[in-house]
Amino acid sequence: MSNLKVTTPSDREIATSRTFDAPRQLVWHAHTKPELVKRWLLGPPGWSMPVCRIDLRVGGSYRYEWRRDTDGSTMAMGGVYREIVAPERIVSTERFDDPWYEGEAVGTLVLTERAGKTTVSTTVLYASKATRDAVLKSGMTGGVEQSYDRLAELLASTPAREPA
Amino acid sequence: MQATDRLDTIFAALADPTRRAILTRLATGQASVSELAAPFAMSQPAISKHLKVLERAGLISRGHDAQRRPRRLEPKGLGDATKWLERYRRLWEGNYRRLDALLEELKTKEKP
Repeated sequence: MSNLKVTTPSDREIATSRTFDAPRQLVWHAHTKPELVKRWLLGPPGWSMPVCRIDLRVGGSYRYEWRRDTDGSTMAMGGVYREIVAPERIVSTERFDDPWYEGEAVGTLVLTERAGKTTVSTTVLYASKATRDAVLKSGMTGGVEQSYDRLAELLASTPAREPA
Repeated sequence: MQATDRLDTIFAALADPTRRAILTRLATGQASVSELAAPFAMSQPAISKHLKVLERAGLISRGHDAQRRPRRLEPKGLGDATKWLERYRRLWEGNYRRLDALLEELKTKEKP
């Protein structure tokens, strides 16, 4: 669909926006059902998501664990749901197991549907500007720095393909 | 300036909507301070303040015409900031392409 937009609306935030050719209910499922989340929320090539637990209620928690298949290295994050409005809005805290940035971040997911297409907007608010910048520089998933170079190579060698 | 400090200055400069609008305008060609101030409900000194922030971040520079002192974009200045944003974007684009494929599959399953 549309190109993914990444912006920095304030000193402490990173926001993304992308439209998908699917009704909102399906996009909601893809974000909230573990068996579906596991299939796409993977980061750089070579990583899988062996653990995905979601207790979708206010005060409930979630946990994501990723594994790099080549060397078995892992990373994990989780948090607590603060606000849930199905099928349009989730506010949750997020923190990585290896605290590679200070404090807890707060993520907001908003799904809006128009003419059968759904726009997914995410905003993550970090504890400080320094944290936000560190996340941007790491490409989001600390500890997998080398993978990004591999990803960059892969993308550079693959002709850009716009999803139909 | 350290590379990290420089990036901080750039991101801080980009955090303001007026400054982003000024950059968008300059992307179409150089312009004088009064030309830049025209579309905004802002005094010329207020615009000049924004221009100073952009200049300090290395995002714009002044042209040679001593009378008009036109400002112009410094594409190299934006390079560092966009490089980081681009890498972040690529990571998520990878995720979202997988999500595209998954949603196609779910749509097919939903059809009777």
